[in-house]
Amino acid sequence: MTTAPTLRAAAQALAAPLPALLAQAEHLAASVLPGAHGRRRAGHGDEFWQYRAATPSDWGPRIDWRRSGRSDQHFVRETEWQAAQAVTLWIDRAQAMAFSGDTKRASKADRARLLGLALAVLLLKGGERVGLLPDMPARAGRAQLEPLTFAVLGADATDYGTPPPAILPAHSRAVFLSDFLGDPTGVQKAVMQAADRGIRGALVQILDPAEEEFPYHGRSIFESMSGALRHETLRASDLRARYRDRLAARKDALAALARATGWQVLVHHTDQPPATALMWLWTQIDAGQRR
Amino acid sequence: MLTLGPLGFASPLLLGALLALPVLWWLLRAVPPAPVVRRFPGVALLLGLTDETTETDKTPWWLLLLRALAVAALIVAFAGPVLNPQPARDGSGPLLIVMDATWASARDWPARQARVSTLLSEAQRASRAVAVVTLTDLPSEDTVFRAPDFWAERVAGLVPAPFVADGANISAWAETLPENVDSFWLSDGLDHPYRAELLAQLQRRGNVEVFETSRPILAIAPAQLDEGALVVSAHRLPGGSAADVTIDAIGRDPSGVERVLAQGTAGFANGDTDASLRLTLQPELRNRVARFQIEGQRHAGAVALTDDALQRRKVALLTGREGREGLDLLSPFFYLRQALGPVADLIESPSVDDLLLTAPDVLILVDITTLSEVESAQILEFVNAGGLLLRFAGPGLAASDLGRGADDPLLPVRLRIGGRSVGGAMSWGEARLLRDFAPDSPFAGLVIPPEVTVSSQVLAQPDPGLSDRTIATLADGTPLVTRQFTGDGQVVLIHTTANAEWTTLPLSGLFVQMLERLAVSTRARTPDAAEFEGTQWQPQRVLDGFGQNVDASTRPQVAGEILATQTLGPDLLPGVYTGTLGSVALNIGSADMELLPMVWPATVPVERDMTLQERDLKAPFLLAAMAVLLIDILAALWLSGRLRRAGAAVALAVAAIIAQPPAPAMAQSDDRLAIAATSSVVLAHVLSGDPRVDDVAQAGLLGLSRVLFARTSIEPAEPIGVNVEQDELTFFPMLYWPITENSPIPSAAAYERLNRYLRGGGMIVFDTRDAELAGLTRTTPEARRLQAIARALDIPPLETVPEDHVLTRTFYLLQDFPGRYRGRDVWVEAAPADSELTEGMPFRNLNDGVTPVIVGGHDWAAAWAINADGTPMFRIGSGLAGEQQREIAYRFGINLITHVLTGNYKSDQVHVPALLERLGQ
Repeated sequence: MTTAPTLRAAAQALAAPLPALLAQAEHLAASVLPGAHGRRRAGHGDEFWQYRAATPSDWGPRIDWRRSGRSDQHFVRETEWQAAQAVTLWIDRAQAMAFSGDTKRASKADRARLLGLALAVLLLKGGERVGLLPDMPARAGRAQLEPLTFAVLGADATDYGTPPPAILPAHSRAVFLSDFLGDPTGVQKAVMQAADRGIRGALVQILDPAEEEFPYHGRSIFESMSGALRHETLRASDLRARYRDRLAARKDALAALARATGWQVLVHHTDQPPATALMWLWTQIDAGQRR
Repeated sequence: MLTLGPLGFASPLLLGALLALPVLWWLLRAVPPAPVVRRFPGVALLLGLTDETTETDKTPWWLLLLRALAVAALIVAFAGPVLNPQPARDGSGPLLIVMDATWASARDWPARQARVSTLLSEAQRASRAVAVVTLTDLPSEDTVFRAPDFWAERVAGLVPAPFVADGANISAWAETLPENVDSFWLSDGLDHPYRAELLAQLQRRGNVEVFETSRPILAIAPAQLDEGALVVSAHRLPGGSAADVTIDAIGRDPSGVERVLAQGTAGFANGDTDASLRLTLQPELRNRVARFQIEGQRHAGAVALTDDALQRRKVALLTGREGREGLDLLSPFFYLRQALGPVADLIESPSVDDLLLTAPDVLILVDITTLSEVESAQILEFVNAGGLLLRFAGPGLAASDLGRGADDPLLPVRLRIGGRSVGGAMSWGEARLLRDFAPDSPFAGLVIPPEVTVSSQVLAQPDPGLSDRTIATLADGTPLVTRQFTGDGQVVLIHTTANAEWTTLPLSGLFVQMLERLAVSTRARTPDAAEFEGTQWQPQRVLDGFGQNVDASTRPQVAGEILATQTLGPDLLPGVYTGTLGSVALNIGSADMELLPMVWPATVPVERDMTLQERDLKAPFLLAAMAVLLIDILAALWLSGRLRRAGAAVALAVAAIIAQPPAPAMAQSDDRLAIAATSSVVLAHVLSGDPRVDDVAQAGLLGLSRVLFARTSIEPAEPIGVNVEQDELTFFPMLYWPITENSPIPSAAAYERLNRYLRGGGMIVFDTRDAELAGLTRTTPEARRLQAIARALDIPPLETVPEDHVLTRTFYLLQDFPGRYRGRDVWVEAAPADSELTEGMPFRNLNDGVTPVIVGGHDWAAAWAINADGTPMFRIGSGLAGEQQREIAYRFGINLITHVLTGNYKSDQVHVPALLERLGQ
């Protein structure tokens, strides 16, 4: 089990080489809370944005007299509206995530935490607000990092995890990290609900290579990580093709869900370097800015 | 019993179980092995999938094969497999096993023993009483038939004898045998005289079977000298094809180790029964040969011991001083050369020195009267060391004063003036004959030819001890040959000449025989029966049946008469016997020996070849089954993936068993030490056992090494601490030895090493580190310790460093040698007492020798010592004066090391001004 300080150090090390991530809020006007950077439009903020001619609807005290004194017109000084993006993470803490097909490989849970926290570090550095499902509301600032780190550690007793029902800030972003091997309806429901609230996001399916390859032979009893599910076979190798078909179907279902909701899906294997997955996440969340 | 090729089965019905193997195969495949439980999150995707087949593929075919093999091996094992099953021997009465047990059966003795064991186990099965008899060692009482297991214990103790049994004894023994006895005769393959009679006796009593082996028999005949070469011949049975045999000449090398001194090949031509080998050897080498042996034959007949007949002695003849051109026949050397030339190695030289350098056995002086004092001493030393000095008289001796007054150690008796002449042209008497030799004389038994006369001789001074020293006399009782033992050697004087001038003795064969008896020359033939009569011979080494040399000095002496018969038997084993006539070797082989094969009558069944041994294969098969099952366990573990951890443990254990025990750490450290110490100049200190002192010594030598590096061309590496008990010291030019109160006293081995070191030019600097105390008390504990340590060291007389000692000027000019303390004397090897100050020279001319020790108490190491950062480790004195003292201490160190490395070079330099001055003029 990765301890909190080392996990955080590893996450920070992983996040360090990437440029600060600036989340682009798609719905500028709808966001309320001020952030650390401008939204390229007038609003609440500290930075000067523009002087505009005062209209009769403007409140008197808002007229900038210094600027107005230089001409016959009245001007209002507007500041740039600054707001932060809210990104909510869900990192699957179910028992299934603790699996690793090889003692030398990190478990899926470790990889999920690392990716989630790395993303959080990037986002927080960029001034975004980061929250964690089920019960950590999105907050900005590096002070958020420590509670996040502690919150991602630990495991649930259930075999497979589903995103908990929670009201996410509308039009914010969400990132779900899980193996999505459990009941797909939970995920579908959560994603659909979120999409309904205008939330866009990414699904990262973290799989162990053993789950992909199914390298087993002979008479075997397969147990789920908690031991609740069992399946016995005389010839494990015979099951391989059908298992892989089912896995592919599960992946297709995820992709279909993503297409329907405008989310993105990434299948990430624990034997791949985490940086690629983080880079992908970053581009997904950053994509809106370029759009 | 069912027989399949070489395999037989005791209970072949069990083999039918092999038919069940295919069933087993099918069963093993059908029954699933225990499932492996795996944690796997993807199980959610597996739920609901069903197996397509009901048969597991867990058990691979090779594992099945392995298991089937194990079962098959078990089945075969219980079917009682026997390799080379022997047909059962019928017969139920007592069985007599007769073994020739001669030297010829020693060549494959283990096979014979094994055959007897097989017979015994057969007899055991058939419950027959057995008697095992070796013909060379017949039972002293009646032949007793016993249970086979009684004999089974004794088979290993049966040994072949190095001779052939005596026919008379055998027939007497055969008479005592009971009736109705079957016999099994293990023959050696040779025809012996007793064969026919014994065979008839045995056949009369029951069936006779014979066992023979086809291994060739080779015998070797004793070596003969032929024109300086050694001729060794080998014999074999008739009817062989062409073959080569290798013959080794074995003896002790100069270091006393027995080894093959020479080797040669004798080739048998097709059909020939003998082959010979000529070996030409250096006399030195030839004298060392103790036996000849046919390679690859392990029996007494393949060994030929050598005796005196091959030995040639080195005889030194002092020739030089005749100084006249005499006629050959008048020269005394002519007769000696004639007598000794064929049987001894003659060395002739006019120089006693040269002669003695060749380490001769005998030195012959012919009428020599003038020996220098040095030569006399040399010859006396030679005699005392075991040499034989043989002197002949002559006109010179008769005329000289030699041995007149007092005993001359180089003459056995005192001589009277002038000698006497009897029977010459000018005398009345006639030439005297020799009296028969006394029985206690070495010449006893020699026949004196009547023509030997003596006309002149030198006379011995009458003396109480004269008769004891006389070993040959003339008919009138005057001594002719006298002998005196001196030290380990002897001095013999022949009172007449070595040429025919005074006597006809040199013309007769008696002269040669007498020389032989005096061991001047060695006999070239075996003594004949007459000579053997009445003598006693002590066996030195004898051969056992296998041809091994056994020390026989504890065996009883053998009478010459028995030896003369040359009939080998239990009382006369082949070997080397020594007696007054020299040494005689008795061998089995002889030059005219003939090996004849035994031809058995057609009625006697003969097991010609080596029978294949019956072997019960039950145990091997069971073992194989067990091994296969073990492999199966491993394989099953491996298949289920549980082997990795277990495998690692097993591999570790196996590696631990296989891995050689680590070589002693000392040897390794020695090599490292040697490399470290010899790759550059290294200062060394002796570990005192006190870590603090050792650290200071190390730091001190390090500081000195740095200063040397900076100021001189001496560039030492890191200093080394040596342990005098273990480490090799010769690598170090100097040892700094701090003495503490508790310094350990070195062991004897360490002292030996230290003394070798000192003698080899090493220097030890002893530092008692007590100069500040030594002024107050007479001795300090350290000084006492130093005395104790140095007591066993090879240390010359010492003196305090004189003003002109080379240490004061090897690099710096110094007056005192302070370390951490100052003012106490430093001791070095004393100058020779006769060294004096030359006029006008500042120093004495003391050229030789670096002092091997320097003894002081100034704690030099503390003054030299530096910390790792180069700063001084200790405060010396106070202030600037202290630093000055440290500087002088360093200068002393530099002078010391320069002195050690350059020796007296600086001392030589003293002459340079003088030389230059002279050159200038």
